[in-house]
Amino acid sequence: MENPYYPYPVRIASTVIETEDRNLKTFKFEFLDPADEEKFSYMPGQFAELSVTGKGEIPIGIASSPTEKGFLMFTVNKVGVVSSALHNMVEGDIMGVRGPMGNWYPWEKLQGKNVVIIGGGFAFTTLRSSIVYMLHPDNRKKFGDIHVVYGARSPGMLLYRDELAEWERRDDINMHITVDRADDPDWKYNVGFVPSITEKNAPKADNDTYAIVCGPPIMIKFTQPVLEKLGYAHDHIIMSLENRMKCGIGMCGRCNIGMEFVCKDGPVFTLEELNRTPREY
Amino acid sequence: MRFLKITKNDWARGVEGLKDSFRVFGPVLERSHFNFRPLEKGQEPDFSFRNTRLSPKSTVYPQSEILFTYTLDKSRPDHHVHKEPPRDETPRAILGIRPCDAKAFGLVKLNFDTPEYKDPYWLSAYEATTLVGLACDEPCSACFCTSAGSGPFDEAGLDVLLKDEGDHYLVKVLTEKGGKLVSAAGWAGEASGAEKAFVDGAAVAAEKITSFVSADKLAGKVTNQLHNAKFWDDVAFSCINCGTCTFLCPTCWCFDIQDEVAGTDGVRMKNWDSCMFPLFTLHGTGHNPRGQKTDRVRQRFMHKLKYFVDRYDKGIMCVGCGRCVQHCPVNIDIRRVCEIMNEYEPEPETCPA
Ligand SMILES: Cc1cc2nc3c(=O)[nH]c(=O)nc-3n(C[C@H](O)[C@H](O)[C@H](O)COP(=O)(O)OP(=O)(O)OC[C@H]3O[C@@H](n4cnc5c(N)ncnc54)[C@H](O)[C@@H]3O)c2cc1C
Ligand code: SF4
Ligand code: SF4
Ligand code: FES
Repeated sequence: MENPYYPYPVRIASTVIETEDRNLKTFKFEFLDPADEEKFSYMPGQFAELSVTGKGEIPIGIASSPTEKGFLMFTVNKVGVVSSALHNMVEGDIMGVRGPMGNWYPWEKLQGKNVVIIGGGFAFTTLRSSIVYMLHPDNRKKFGDIHVVYGARSPGMLLYRDELAEWERRDDINMHITVDRADDPDWKYNVGFVPSITEKNAPKADNDTYAIVCGPPIMIKFTQPVLEKLGYAHDHIIMSLENRMKCGIGMCGRCNIGMEFVCKDGPVFTLEELNRTPREY
Repeated sequence: MRFLKITKNDWARGVEGLKDSFRVFGPVLERSHFNFRPLEKGQEPDFSFRNTRLSPKSTVYPQSEILFTYTLDKSRPDHHVHKEPPRDETPRAILGIRPCDAKAFGLVKLNFDTPEYKDPYWLSAYEATTLVGLACDEPCSACFCTSAGSGPFDEAGLDVLLKDEGDHYLVKVLTEKGGKLVSAAGWAGEASGAEKAFVDGAAVAAEKITSFVSADKLAGKVTNQLHNAKFWDDVAFSCINCGTCTFLCPTCWCFDIQDEVAGTDGVRMKNWDSCMFPLFTLHGTGHNPRGQKTDRVRQRFMHKLKYFVDRYDKGIMCVGCGRCVQHCPVNIDIRRVCEIMNEYEPEPETCPA
């Protein structure tokens, strides 16, 4: 019997501080046993339990894309016990990764469709995975237009800044990067909140256009009416939830919204599905 | 189906014999109440109980269980790597489990044995266990098993069913596992006409059940309408979130995972948890989707009486053992809540003129 609680042993291959407040760090992991990498086959939108031996586990969205081989990448906000312990770890340290878990963005359904990615703050991790995945030469032709609206408080709070700049230079993806405010006179992108930048730049809704929305509750709250105004149907608005989790496999009983477990049946739901479940997220 | 008749002496001798090849659990009087405990050599299960205070779920699902061990000592080659401790897969026998509590294992199994994932700790313990039930001839006043999908002679979760006949037991062997246990105990003595005694006994015992729930309309309700119903504040008003109900319940399975370290040696373990505690769902950010008492009481009842019903189509997640009804310090009664939910009709939409 496979043990779904067993974390694959991994080595921290690198750590990078992402943001000016130093609260977000990106970790790359390598599997101690290369055979485990095969077993850990995932899709953008899934998450894993990062297992800091001696401290505990935390569910974190997978920021690398399955098209990137040889490592797994996660970006972790320093919040409490486990995430702080993780922030103190260094290259070469051994820990565990358990997963992949949950469902993923509906890549089958999105084939041939336009995709609008809307992200805010540090909830950009699985969106990065998605963008890298869609832009991969094997995949790009499977999708229509790709738009990305991504906002943070300030330029120094944006994740993956080098990649953002690279995507800005490409002509097969429309980037709309924004910050709440910029002190930097060289800031050449948008200034404004995600909902208003979405309103200005997102393509008009049609049956072939889907929005993927990930961000803090306040951003989601104000983006939803904008998308509705643009005509997006609730089954064309895709969201990812974050509930407190432990097992990640639908057994420990804490992450449910109604009969659905966010860890196993989610974390990805359409707004139409969420409308039918109790609002316990 | 095989029927046996064994004298109480045969029973006692058999129980002792079983201890050579099984870990044997049975009801034991502990101060004022009974609980299931492992039986020592020479110790007999005490069948003078009605039911145990705690459910027997811990015989398969310990309150605290080690999932992994590890060392943080960097001089050791396998430091920080999780290792499964050896599992005790010696066959276990639970003697005298009540039919409702045995049925509960079947409901809990739906959670731990899924098409996608299997919990090897729960499942291997469950599979190693033979359940020898004791039919209820004198059900308690708080029991409502017959309307909760079980009953005083319910065979659903059992391998063997015993009926106490004063100076002897009638034994109904229900499964192959049950057959093996009976042989290991050396119980023979076929009782061909015993079928009728079980049928009659079941009818008599069912007559003695005086309390009932109706759950027939729950599946047809709209989840969000029930969830948003106005009665929840009233239902939850007196609850003190003590967690007694979930702790005692044979069908409650929620758990927490924690690491504990002493020096450089550590364990990761699984501990019973409760939806009644605010920490259960508290996010690292401070946000809590079930931050209010009403949210948590509602979760307990919605899980048992609606979400579970919808998810598995196997009835309610309650076998009517009555423990939570008897021991809730403020008399919150699942029978009443089930009735309210079953009878609930959404308030008619008022026309916003
Ligand atoms: C599907 C999913 C994807 C996520 N992706 C990311 C990500 O990419 N980057 C990131 O920084 N954060 C992410 N989070 C949030 C992250 O899991 C929490 O910030 C983290 O668990 C806090 O743990 P802690 O030990 O530092 O905090 P503590 O407050 O000490 O928490 C103790 C324990 O509670 C649980 N817990 C607490 N808060 C949460 C929470 N919000 N969600 C789930 N479990 C929680 C964890 O098991 C944790 O170990 C994600 C959460 C989910 C559910
Ligand atoms: S036993 Fe009663 S008071 Fe205690 S948590 Fe359960 S319902 Fe609330
Ligand atoms: S909910 Fe109450 S009556 Fe039902 S099985 Fe659990 S403890 Fe027994
Ligand atoms: S995290 Fe345990 S059920 Fe979802």
